[in-house]
Amino acid sequence: MKPSQIIMAHGSGGLLSQRLIEEYFVRAFAEGEGLWELNDGAVLDLPPGKAVISTDSFVISPLFFPGGDIGKLAVSGTVNDLVACGARPLYLSTAFILEEGFSLDSLGEIVKSMARTAQQAGVKLVTGDTKVVERGSADQVFINTTGIGVIPPGIDYRPGRIKPGDRILVSGTMGDHGLTILAQREGLRFRTPVVSDCAPLHEIGKALQPFGEQIHCMRDPTRGGLATVLNELAAQSRLGMYIDEQKIPVLDAVRGACEMLGMDPLYMANEGKMVIICAPQVSQQVLEVLHKLPVGQNAADIGKVVSQPQGMVLIKTALGTERILAALEGEHVPRIC
Amino acid sequence: MDSVVQQLLELIKAETIRCSLMEVCGTHTMAIARSGIRGVLPPNIRLLSGPGCPVCVTSQGDLDAVIDLAEQEDITLVTFGDMLRVPGSHGSLQEARSRGADVRVVYSPLETLEIARQRPERQVVFLGIGFETTAPAVAVTVQRAHQLGLKNLSVYSVHKIIPPALEAIFSDPEVQVDGLICPGHVSIVLGLEPFEKLAARYHKPMVVTGFEAEDILEGIGMLVRQLKTGTARAELQYRRVVRAQGNPAARQVLDQVFTPVDAAWRGLGIIPASGLDLRPQYADYNARRRFQIKPQQRYEIPGCSCGAILSGKLNPDQCPLFGKACTPTQPVGPCMVSQEGACAAFYRYQPLRSAEV
Repeated sequence: MKPSQIIMAHGSGGLLSQRLIEEYFVRAFAEGEGLWELNDGAVLDLPPGKAVISTDSFVISPLFFPGGDIGKLAVSGTVNDLVACGARPLYLSTAFILEEGFSLDSLGEIVKSMARTAQQAGVKLVTGDTKVVERGSADQVFINTTGIGVIPPGIDYRPGRIKPGDRILVSGTMGDHGLTILAQREGLRFRTPVVSDCAPLHEIGKALQPFGEQIHCMRDPTRGGLATVLNELAAQSRLGMYIDEQKIPVLDAVRGACEMLGMDPLYMANEGKMVIICAPQVSQQVLEVLHKLPVGQNAADIGKVVSQPQGMVLIKTALGTERILAALEGEHVPRIC
Repeated sequence: MDSVVQQLLELIKAETIRCSLMEVCGTHTMAIARSGIRGVLPPNIRLLSGPGCPVCVTSQGDLDAVIDLAEQEDITLVTFGDMLRVPGSHGSLQEARSRGADVRVVYSPLETLEIARQRPERQVVFLGIGFETTAPAVAVTVQRAHQLGLKNLSVYSVHKIIPPALEAIFSDPEVQVDGLICPGHVSIVLGLEPFEKLAARYHKPMVVTGFEAEDILEGIGMLVRQLKTGTARAELQYRRVVRAQGNPAARQVLDQVFTPVDAAWRGLGIIPASGLDLRPQYADYNARRRFQIKPQQRYEIPGCSCGAILSGKLNPDQCPLFGKACTPTQPVGPCMVSQEGACAAFYRYQPLRSAEV
């Protein structure tokens, strides 16, 4: 009889391991591609240009959440890191750490979701690995993905290219993913359901490619949220970031729930958003291009790069005062009354 | 700036009276810091933070006792997330958890019932913390536990009530407070009456205020107008949420389960009848009694200026530890840990001028 859960033998390298790989991974990832030859590695053709490699591990709980699951997240997360580097994402590897007892049905769902997201993003999952650990040594499933992409000519996104006067854009609303996960984890229900923004942003990369060197830097505001990413960029570029609180798009449901929980949406994680820093001459056109994309409908110009004060993020409040927007310190925990 | 805010500000700026106004609610502390209200007020109006953060006013002895309880093998400690990182004399609950203590974070005290039901072999202790806003839900939890006959659930109450703390502050000759921005959430339960009594006894104007920047500015304007005309009444700005009579049902359940006792406040010392402990008929659910915990003597953390900050004598940035030895990553006192703490608010939302120094 076939087991319905992961057992230690699935990681033994024997017959069960082979079946697991063939029935779950090869079937989902390599359909019609002929790429997954079950060799020790994948041999790839890369187009000309600089290659980018990026890796990320995913340990999210819960595994399934409104708007996505760990599989969709694992593909989107690495694709988005490649996009932020200016690369066209091409290939992904993936490694699974499976806990003994993990449901094979859930594994199937996750793998299918990865395949679907990869196909959507135009990347190929070309090699992988699985390990099984004893019950209690991991929490159900951990996934690593590593991606390779190639930077098209004329693209150079990095903090060193940020200049005073540049505009700071965000591709959509802030805090959706962080709040969704928090609400799921704690069993909170809101009148307006909040959905994670988890999505691959390859379309943003593609749509902004024609702007070439006018785009100076991109970064995805994941852990630590917008506030933390802007602080990183300010420190790395040795410039200041000046943003307008009222221009930052935040869904009413997210704002309300954050207020109730004592959280700040600017520190909440996003998994389908990009911060884009570009020359002021093109900012309006960039926004127009973003607005045409399903993942960029709520894109907004939130502020500008300034030469002073160096390494700091300033935010203009609704009252017209300025304060410092610090990077996230410590844990972001909800308050009690 | 929208025109309502503009008008409110202009009205305030037209007043020349010098005054210090205090808020006693962690949500106000955060809202004021985050919106940058201090930066737009004229210099003659000072805003102070009082003892409005329940985590911050919890005495060190109680914290230590709770952390000791959590480290006992057969005890599951349940609390709100804010408590995890608060430093006790020998580390925090978070550190106790990393050493193997069973510490659970909940958003509603009622979740404790389910935890206790699922683990009948363990003693489940809820750390009851908060003012009149959170205490009613804990009271309901105790009543439900009683109805369900749950023998393994108890509450360690460090609940406190606001009016006695205000009396302590108004009676302290070292504290100069001219008017009070009254707590919006606490007033949902209490209504206006306790503030009317305080306003009359201490001759201080009081305004129950909401949490948006417009609310706070309007509340400040109402206080300033009372001060100018020499009146001292309790007024309601937060009309869309607070009713003058408060919430009698919540007060009733509080009264059924809890009784006022003398309580130690960090920074303010022992204040008569300012804490809430379980009534004798619910004594079986009192963790202090169940685990024979002696009254605690330690209130303060050595070196920390929490006391002076919580009573409005010092601003957070006047503490020698602020931003140096004490930061949100390495907190010395609870005011830097809590999302509602005055020090955390000052640190996170520093206005530009203090950062340039």
